[in-house]
This record gives sequence, C-alpha cells and structure tokens, in this order.
Amino acid sequence: MDSMTLIAVASIVIAGITTSFGTMAPALAEGRAVAAALEALAQQPDASATITRTLFVGLAMIESMAIYCFVLSMILIFANPFWTHAIGAAGK
Amino acid sequence: MHLSPDQVIFWQFGFFKLNATIATTWALMLCMVAVSAWCTRALSHGIVRSRWQDMLEMVVTMLVAQIGEAGLPRPQRYLGFLGTLFLFLALAALATVLPFYEPPTGSLSTTTALALCVLTAVPLYGISAQGWRGYLKTYLEPTVIMLPFNIIGEVSRTMALAVRLFGNMMSGAMIIAILLAITPFLFPVVMTLLGLLTGLVQAYIFCILAAVYIAAATRTP
Repeated sequence: MDSMTLIAVASIVIAGITTSFGTMAPALAEGRAVAAALEALAQQPDASATITRTLFVGLAMIESMAIYCFVLSMILIFANPFWTHAIGAAGK
Repeated sequence: MHLSPDQVIFWQFGFFKLNATIATTWALMLCMVAVSAWCTRALSHGIVRSRWQDMLEMVVTMLVAQIGEAGLPRPQRYLGFLGTLFLFLALAALATVLPFYEPPTGSLSTTTALALCVLTAVPLYGISAQGWRGYLKTYLEPTVIMLPFNIIGEVSRTMALAVRLFGNMMSGAMIIAILLAITPFLFPVVMTLLGLLTGLVQAYIFCILAAVYIAAATRTP
C-alpha cells in the first residue's frame, strides 16, 4: 500500500472508532444525569425551574465531550492535514 | 458538502476574502442594530409604552436576572458584554429557519473570535474589580505550585468554549445535510427543530460560562 491509501484507511477507521467510543461514555453519563434530575424533580417539584436549568447546562457540558470526538472525526475525514500533505508531496 | 461557511467565497481580492461567514455576521449585526435603533427611537417612562419597548425590556430584564443568578453581584455592569454575546449567538441560531442561511457560528473562526473576547474580558473585569495585585494573586491559589495549571486551565477553557459552540452548530448543519440526501423530507424538518433548541441552549451556556469565569475572576477573597 502506498502512503495515500494508508492515510485514508487509518483516517476512516479511526474516525469511526472515535465517534463510536466517544459517544458511548457521554450517553451513559447523560442517562445518569437525567435519572438523577428526574428523582430530584419527583421529590421537590417546586424547584423544577432551577433543576431543569442546571440539568440543561450539565447536559450540554457532557454532550460537548461527544461533540469534541465528532469534531475530531470530521477533521480526520474532511480536513485531514496528513492527507493534504501527502497530496501536496505527490503533486511535486 | 462543505465543512464550514468559510469555504463559500463570494468575492476575493488578493489576500482579502469575503466569505459567507463574514457576510452573514455583518448582516446579523446590521439587523440587530437596526431593530434596536427602531425600538429605542421613542422610549417612554410613562405607563403607555410601545410594544417594541416592552419586548426589548423583557429581553434585557431576563438577561440581567440570568447574569445575576450566575453569581455576579452587579449584573448591569456586565450586561453590555454578556448580553451582546447571548443576543448574537441566539439570533445566529434562530435564523436557521431562514432558507439558504448558514449560521456563522458553524465556523471555527467566529467561535474562536468570541472565545478570545471572553479570554480578554475576564482579566480586564478581574483587574478592574480587585486591582493588578489582587487579580494576579488568584493565579497563585491555592498554592504557588498551581500556577502553571491555572494558566493551562485559562487557555484550555477558552479552547473548549470555541470548539463546543463550533461543534454543536456544525454538527447540526451537517446532520441535516446528510439526512436531506438519504431520508424523506420529514426528518430534516424535525432535526431543524431540534437544532433550534440546541442552538439556544448553546448560546445560553456560552453566556453563562463567560459569566461564571468573570464571577470567579472578580470575586474578592
């Protein structure tokens, strides 16, 4: 295999692994956060405004972990610096 | 398919490029300035008020309340910075209902610029609140050993601010583009609705995080 194929294969495989594993942990964490918030809501319905607001902020913070992984895999597929370098080297 | 509106170039002259990000940002800013100027042209203190003034007052009151709840004792001082951030991000997210519109926050350059604004504003507010010595001393909390970690934290949280907003807005646009190609038209519509919610939540979070950072920098021990 030449270097282009190697870079392409590595990028695609790693992008898939990054997204799948990187969404797994935040999904579990979001589930736990929502479960805890629901319990708190059931115990204190009066504090629903505060609980919901904090829940949303927390969920977005957790979700940003998955988003980082997504951005990384998007960079690997669409804006891979090694790929650009290999194309530039091949063009010379 | 393009990754960000940076790659849509309308006009180019040498080094200077006019891309979709810059054009949309300026269009949004002009829109906001025009609406604000229209609403504030005849403000009244009396009981009879125009509905535009009522709308603006509701927005400003809500922003002041939210900033105050984030832990800043005098919210009016920070309203100019944090309120502008929130209004711009919220408008940029809400305008996705318009056809052929791409949010400028889906470009890493916009979000990095906004995060750099926060990075500059936090020390400025901190110094004006507790003076040079007091502010620089917060880097030595709790011990001197934590100095490098505090500095790394300052840089990494700025990066996290930028990448979080960019990733959320870009992923929304990209998922809709992929769904348009492979599914019936119903699913992209639902995803656009979800994108409106995510965009507003992200605008809120960006603003609240900036408020929390400023609150941590201005807190006098």
